[in-house]
Amino acid sequence: MRSEVRSRIGEHTVRWIMGACAGVSLLALGLIVLFLFREGMPVFRTVSLGGFLGGRFWFPTSEPPSLGILPMILGSGLVTGFALLVAVPLGIGTALFVGEVAPASARNPLKVAVEMLAGVPSVVYGFFGLMIVVPWLQATLNLPTGQTALTASLLLGIMAVPTVASIAEDAVAAVPDTWREASLALGATRWQTLRSVVVPAARSGLLAGTLLGMGRAVGETMTVLMVSGNSPTLPPVLGWPVRTLTATIALEMAETPVGSPHYHALFAVGGVLFLFTLTLNVVGELVGNRIRRLA
Amino acid sequence: MVSQFQPAGPAMEMGTAFSVQHLSFFYGQERVLTDVSLDIPQRRITSIVGPSGCGKSTFLRVLNRLYEVVPSARAVGQVWFEGRDILARGTDVVDLRRRVGMVFQKPNPFPKSVYENVAYAPRIHGVRKRRVLYDIVARALGQAALWEEVHTRLGKSAFDLSGGQQQRLCIARALAMEPKVILMDEPTSALDPTATAKIEDLITVLKDTYTVVIVTHNMQQAARVSDLAAVFLTGGEMVEYDETNRIFENPNDKRVEDYVTGKFG
Repeated sequence: MRSEVRSRIGEHTVRWIMGACAGVSLLALGLIVLFLFREGMPVFRTVSLGGFLGGRFWFPTSEPPSLGILPMILGSGLVTGFALLVAVPLGIGTALFVGEVAPASARNPLKVAVEMLAGVPSVVYGFFGLMIVVPWLQATLNLPTGQTALTASLLLGIMAVPTVASIAEDAVAAVPDTWREASLALGATRWQTLRSVVVPAARSGLLAGTLLGMGRAVGETMTVLMVSGNSPTLPPVLGWPVRTLTATIALEMAETPVGSPHYHALFAVGGVLFLFTLTLNVVGELVGNRIRRLA
Repeated sequence: MVSQFQPAGPAMEMGTAFSVQHLSFFYGQERVLTDVSLDIPQRRITSIVGPSGCGKSTFLRVLNRLYEVVPSARAVGQVWFEGRDILARGTDVVDLRRRVGMVFQKPNPFPKSVYENVAYAPRIHGVRKRRVLYDIVARALGQAALWEEVHTRLGKSAFDLSGGQQQRLCIARALAMEPKVILMDEPTSALDPTATAKIEDLITVLKDTYTVVIVTHNMQQAARVSDLAAVFLTGGEMVEYDETNRIFENPNDKRVEDYVTGKFG
């Protein structure tokens, strides 16, 4: 009798502790969002929403300050777009190879290798980029500097491969074997089966992987900061230094007086980034769940 | 397209679709079929019956070499089809499977439209002209007794069809490649009695044009549709093979008698 009571109390405690753990994550998220918006909103006392998002000039310390983040929005867009051109073919190709083509014995080593790619700290990517990729691109393409949007895109593309690949792999694994067998039994080759049955059936999962990979690329900071040159040019050009939203916050946060328009502007940049990655993640998850339910 | 399989090779009797000789089958170390030999005649319905785990589905998958999707699977022996041993090295499995269609246990239409499901095989085998493709699809759906029910919604998803219609769609999908043989792996096990009756009627009609090999664990079904029956028992042994009527009325083997009269299985 007594031991039963004790075990019930124990169970209660464990549930309470686990609930508290989950609660802390939620609380942290809530606080981040709260502060982001509470500290970001006052920027609109200095500049209109349109002037902030669409403004062409970023001179946050002049008097009066120019707080336009259009160069950074476009800079982030350019870098992310080209990063996806690298990450999506590599990620989906990896997923298809691991899931459909590679012999069973090679599957796990490959998966582990791709996961390790995700485990490399971003500063290491940045360091590698700065020391190897920057001089190499500068020499190869004969550019005035190797710190360009292209450099950042290449590195970000590689960094986003694990995100794209792991979700694409789940999507491919969710395609029922009976469809593959039906296709093979109709005299299709493995390649035809892959192209005509597996990929179309997995396409919303592949899209979800792409969106989440995009979220990864948009949010990445350290690597971009180290290799992109960081000048807010408009319009941003692939072979030229570029400034992203993330790099802007990281570069300037230390030298801005608390409460100044510049300070509030950086929080607002954080808010813009947050909304953007939130949208990508939510849409990505929704699209991803749809395929899982279908299959 | 020229087939590597030429009609009636030297080892074949006329009118034989498959001549299976001393076929044994293994998944890794596990033996699934033991020294099976039988001749399957053309344009008749041969049923493969037996209890669960007797290797009957595996046997079917040898006939189109679909067993190969399992890496550890290994078939030993000879299976002659159109003058060639299909288990021999260098067999063109794509060509083999074009000529030996298959219908699965559960209806497994692709997540595509009704039309695209049936057009799948001709498309991958190189038919490009819309008109030709449409004719093939219409003919196959007609042969599968489905045209009347679906011709107004060819563009709709195949998943909108009922289970029985989906299975007939899968039959049409196989017929669209104009095969010689249709293999059916318990094609009605997931269907209700009405849909089952429709499929059985269809199978009986198909034998005018095609060789049909059907796996079933349903004795009544084997008795209703098949001309010949091969009885497999646990261990993957074929213990009896004859005209279906004869086996059901007067089995030679005591174990077969027990099985067909429902004492086990």
